[in-house]
Amino acid sequence: MIALGILLALVLLLVVFGLLFRLQILTSIFSGSYVRQIGLSNRVNAILMLVFLVVGMAAFAYSFIDSFDKMNPPIASVHGLHTERLFWTTMIIIGIVFVLTQVALFVYSYKYQYREGRRAFFYSHNNKIEVIWTVIPAIVMSGLIFGGWKEWTNIMGPAPKEAVELEVMGKQFNFLVRYPGRDNKLGRINFRLIDAGNDFGFDLNDQKALDDFTTTEIHIPKGVPVLMHIRSRDVLHAVYAPHFRVQMYAVPGMPTKFWFIPTKSTDEMRAQTGNPNFNYEIACNQICGKSHYAMKATIIVDEPDDYVAWYSQQKSFAEQNPDILAAFKNKKTPVIEEVPAATSAAPAATEKAQAAL
Amino acid sequence: MAATNIPTGGAHAQEAPHVQHHATGDHHDEHHDHHDQHWLSKYVFSQDHKWIAKQFLISGIAWAFIGATLSTLFRIQLGWPDANLSWLEPILGRWIDAGKLNPEFYLALVTMHGTIMVFFVLTAGLSGTFSNFLIPLQVGARDMASGFMNMLSFWFFFLAGIVMFISLFLETGPAAAGWTIYPPLSALPQAIPGSGTGQTMWLVSMALFIVSQLLGGVNYITTVINLRTAGMSMAKLPLTIWSFFLTAILGLLSFPVLFSAALLLIFDRSFGTSFFLSDIYIGGEALNHVGGSPILFQHLFWFLGHPEVYIVIMPAMGIVSEVLATNARKPIFGYRAMIGSLIGISLLSFVVWAHHMFVTGMNPFLGSVFMFLTLIIAVPSAVKTFNWLATLWRGNIRFTSAMLFAIGFVSLFVSGGLTGIILGNAALDIQMHNTYFVVAHFHLVMGSSAFFGMFAGVYHWFPKMFGRMMDEKLGYVHFWLTILAAYLVFIPMHYVGIAGFPRRYYAYTAYETFNQFGNLNTFISIAAIMAFFAQFIFLFNFVYSIFRGRRATENPWGSTTLEWTTPIEPGHGNWPGAIPAVYRWPYDYSKPGAPEDFIPQHVPYSQTVSSNLPYEKEME
Ligand code: HEM
Ligand SMILES: [Cu+2]
Ligand SMILES: [Cu+2]
Repeated sequence: MIALGILLALVLLLVVFGLLFRLQILTSIFSGSYVRQIGLSNRVNAILMLVFLVVGMAAFAYSFIDSFDKMNPPIASVHGLHTERLFWTTMIIIGIVFVLTQVALFVYSYKYQYREGRRAFFYSHNNKIEVIWTVIPAIVMSGLIFGGWKEWTNIMGPAPKEAVELEVMGKQFNFLVRYPGRDNKLGRINFRLIDAGNDFGFDLNDQKALDDFTTTEIHIPKGVPVLMHIRSRDVLHAVYAPHFRVQMYAVPGMPTKFWFIPTKSTDEMRAQTGNPNFNYEIACNQICGKSHYAMKATIIVDEPDDYVAWYSQQKSFAEQNPDILAAFKNKKTPVIEEVPAATSAAPAATEKAQAAL
Repeated sequence: MAATNIPTGGAHAQEAPHVQHHATGDHHDEHHDHHDQHWLSKYVFSQDHKWIAKQFLISGIAWAFIGATLSTLFRIQLGWPDANLSWLEPILGRWIDAGKLNPEFYLALVTMHGTIMVFFVLTAGLSGTFSNFLIPLQVGARDMASGFMNMLSFWFFFLAGIVMFISLFLETGPAAAGWTIYPPLSALPQAIPGSGTGQTMWLVSMALFIVSQLLGGVNYITTVINLRTAGMSMAKLPLTIWSFFLTAILGLLSFPVLFSAALLLIFDRSFGTSFFLSDIYIGGEALNHVGGSPILFQHLFWFLGHPEVYIVIMPAMGIVSEVLATNARKPIFGYRAMIGSLIGISLLSFVVWAHHMFVTGMNPFLGSVFMFLTLIIAVPSAVKTFNWLATLWRGNIRFTSAMLFAIGFVSLFVSGGLTGIILGNAALDIQMHNTYFVVAHFHLVMGSSAFFGMFAGVYHWFPKMFGRMMDEKLGYVHFWLTILAAYLVFIPMHYVGIAGFPRRYYAYTAYETFNQFGNLNTFISIAAIMAFFAQFIFLFNFVYSIFRGRRATENPWGSTTLEWTTPIEPGHGNWPGAIPAVYRWPYDYSKPGAPEDFIPQHVPYSQTVSSNLPYEKEME
């Protein structure tokens, strides 16, 4: 019904246009403007160019300032402060270029509008100018590249030794988290061991896995480097934590990582923003299916002492799931290597080689 | 300006057309006067480049409206996430469930919108139309090198379109993994229903599309290289031709890579290989795929994908250069620099692809390299912009509809291109990747700009295509509404993006972090709908003018290029007599001493003694 209504409205609109159009042709024929094109409308368009520039820039400036607070998620990591500075420096540079070029474009359009009897300036090239406006952007770009490169290598460089480690595993449609437990070593996991009880695919034949624990909320300590291992067990996801300026894909079959130093605890941030509901959130930022838009996790940044206390209270996965542990013990499942394809082929090959000898 | 390769004597040049004529035009001569062609071969399976161009244009417009409709649908969802959408049920049927849009269908809408716009409209619609139409006319050829291949090119595109269109109506919905179809999502129907038959049809359609692109591209390149008329050296080609030529080369080198990616994905999906899949547990079972890499797919995809964005924009750049010079009545500033920067962009566009993948976990050193190369590509883009501005400077500007759109192109290209400098910086892209900032960037620099280039082209060459003029007043209204709406949509999107809003989200309600911009999203949606409706003005103008437009004159814009030397409605073979020879570059506008403010390319220097520059004297 409504579709029909829309269709009808459209048809009506077209009819109106049609009538207007006819009328306009007739009038223009009678008024003689039919042949000569460059008339009033050229002037109107030229003026509109100026109007568009001025009103547009004003509206832009207004809306930008108006939204500025909303568009800046408060920063809560060390490198975030650096990249933020780089971001706004770059924004200022491109902002200047933006204004200059747009002003030139619209002002020239206005200023050099058609005038009866004037001739355009025949000016085909000027190699010196070309060189100048090639070299200057190149220099500016080099500066930006250098700044970016320094930050990038810092951020992506190896994590400090003392970093706290954890692992986030993306799955449709939430993030699973595990910590290495007392030994500070993440144990082996294997996607073939995943089932309803063993979401992560813990391989409990691995000693290092025995004390690993999982949680629903991610806790990290303030002021300490945090190394986040990231993986996925089904499709691509991405761990995106805007307040920490952290983003990294979660790739099935290829573990990734990201390290950063949180600078403000959740409580501090709640006080700062005046929002008691504030939470650091991880959003999935790689299209992953139906509930992609709701695939999230919460990060709690604790004071270091609180973190230690929280950490020591956690029960390991093995402890919480004795039946699964028992199943591993009973079956004595052969340890399945991380990359079955490569490793299972290798022993077979050596065996064959030995047989041949 | 080019001083080389200009024929050195009138006598030689006078003969030249005949040589050309016999070499390529012979068989066309036979066709000239016999009009008893079967209607099928005249209107449907035509091998005439002009007709094929119109076929591309009209299919492109149809696709553009389909693509825009899809975006309007998902903008409604984003603008009013709490609204009851049951009024859409008559159109969307079961994709509306209890008044709510199905989230999987939302993703399908986004996917199909992107695919349709990038490939069917801005690649096939733009290059297909203008490369086909202008290459033979502007280089002075009777037709494409192979009319038959050219015809096949259109029909492969048409077939690709049919397959894609049908996929919209599948039970499980069309492809829904994003226009970049990253596996594993695109490989596993368990992950999203659209990755079933919908994705299969997407891949088949894209394979057909690539065939079409290659058939077209080979033709464009061959025609530009071999069928230029006498005197038309490479250094006298209009910038349109240079841009179409380089675009075709990019396509020829990059589309096969997408083809291989699609093929490998088909293998993974249907024949159990593991090129892109590894370590997957989904739908309650561990899959047998091991050893593949989803990241490999991204490398293959973006090796096409990045050149592809330049495949989209370069023809628009060429059209804009031409339209700006013609209507500013000035030579394009820095013709050589314009060609140089096009070549620079073409080369660089092959070595920046991984800037789409900074945070995929690839080696940070690679990230540094790609950041360097990416920011370098901004330089030739900047050079082009400055040259366009210098072309307007001290011009005598006539605001035709085409001119307005060309100026709009420059504005949008600058606005969108500048944010590329943020995104190309790997350290900053960590935060910006896959947010609305990226969406704003590429919709301005590629989406809107390329559309503006296309509009400029349609308004400008409409008289040559259909023998009639489009209505200027409606063109003005169309332009001002469209540029206004474009900015109203995409400027606020930057704000949303800086705030970190992820793209391809059905709603933002689940997050505390993303609850501040609800109103802005509504605003954007309203502007988007306004932009959509403004296009009906164009549609009306276009259709009406084909049948009822004012009759065109032979050279309505006072242009210098060869297409305006053909009859008002050029027949098969383009020129009834000999093909004109070319003596000068295409930008002799407002030359001092010349009686008119333009001197067409086919006018020899001997006839323009009063305006010849010192170094042109010897060519008289
Ligand atoms: C000034 C030069 C430019 C630079 C430095 C640049 C840089 C970038 C970067 C780094 C990205 C990836 C952002 C991300 O996903 O995180 C990107 C995305 C994109 N750019 Fe540009 N760009 C430039 C110009 C252009 C032009 C001229 C076009 C098209 C005509 C274009 C079209 C696109 C598209 C379509 C995407 C997004 C694809 C997607 O993820 O769906 N860019 N650009
Ligand atoms: Cu996800
Ligand atoms: Cu790119």
